[in-house]
Amino acid sequence: MIETVILMIVIGVLAGIGGAVLGLGGGIIVTPVLTLFFHLDIKYAIGASIVVVIATSSGSTIAYLKDEVLNLRVAMFLEIATTIGALSGALLTGILEPKYLYILFGLLLLFSAFNMVKKLLNKNKSNLSTKDDKLAEKLRLNSSYYDKAEKKQIDYKVENIPGGLSVMFGAGLASGLLGIGSGAFKVIAMDTFMKMPLKPSSATSNLMMGVTAAASATVYFFNGSILPQVAVPLALGILVGATIGSRIMQVLPARWIRIIFVPIMFYIACSMLYKGF
Amino acid sequence: MNTQQPATKEEMNRIELVIGKILRVGVVISATIMIIGLLLLLITGKSGYAHDAFPTTFKAIFSGIATLKPYAIMMLGIFCLILTPVLRVIVSIYSFYKEKDMLYVWITTFVLIILIISFFFG
Repeated sequence: MIETVILMIVIGVLAGIGGAVLGLGGGIIVTPVLTLFFHLDIKYAIGASIVVVIATSSGSTIAYLKDEVLNLRVAMFLEIATTIGALSGALLTGILEPKYLYILFGLLLLFSAFNMVKKLLNKNKSNLSTKDDKLAEKLRLNSSYYDKAEKKQIDYKVENIPGGLSVMFGAGLASGLLGIGSGAFKVIAMDTFMKMPLKPSSATSNLMMGVTAAASATVYFFNGSILPQVAVPLALGILVGATIGSRIMQVLPARWIRIIFVPIMFYIACSMLYKGF
Repeated sequence: MNTQQPATKEEMNRIELVIGKILRVGVVISATIMIIGLLLLLITGKSGYAHDAFPTTFKAIFSGIATLKPYAIMMLGIFCLILTPVLRVIVSIYSFYKEKDMLYVWITTFVLIILIISFFFG
């Protein structure tokens, strides 16, 4: 008993660090570990991973808010799209064929992963937007953050808000219908479509994920999918890990974060396409 | 544009401070409850329930807590944790309102409404 608890806490710490740094929520790490190594029923693994996502979100957000890395307005505004997406996903369960969604989202991820590789190869060019987007100004989405790796304040502008909203809607839909990949899509929406720098994108994704997950978490809570003996030690580990991760992320060069992010995207894309075909 | 920017920044700082505080309180409370439940489980070696059963209704959870059943306490801790992001949205509405940022009061209220609707669908 005590060994399992300690093991869960350790997994939680690691998933929390990874989730907080990448803005992925940690569910992507916890679900396969629980099903493959602990032979836990997928139902309970998803239940646990939803608690994990909330723990990562709340744990990392405390530090990201304090250090002003995340963009609260972008989060609030885009949450309109993720929550509507999640709700539509819940309503469309059984109507929409998940097979096609897996293929669609898998392809989108693949496309975004290639885009990120392109950004990585483009070393000298700044990826920051210089466009004055009218909607972004009206919504006061442009902001700045202090990059601890580059040791300077970085001002950034946001563009292509309709594009970002659409991908965010997809992120909500994916989490409502498929239960996976919503963190990756959130980072993509901000980083690839709206041209936000990677660090605020990841931090903002972490913040938003808690809200999207909370909506479905109550369902899992009351239908008995959340096992206390699994979720509690995991969540406690995650809270510690997310706190550590949110500090590590800020001192890591954005380039490194992207290098870790790309293979994970390819991995999620392939597993989605695999489920689709 | 330049005169508006610092005001936006200061406003955001105040809002971020309040939300950060609320999240910290929420996380500390839920973590404390979870730790108490987990320690009780490890010390007594009993979950308080037969076999692999655990409480999933408020009624069962609270009657379990009254008799200090570890699983009941752990479930309460998880529920508190699930509520932290919702609390964050509610506090944001209030903070934006206090800063007289009506556009974002509406945006955040809208998010809360959809969130409440999806709670009922579940």
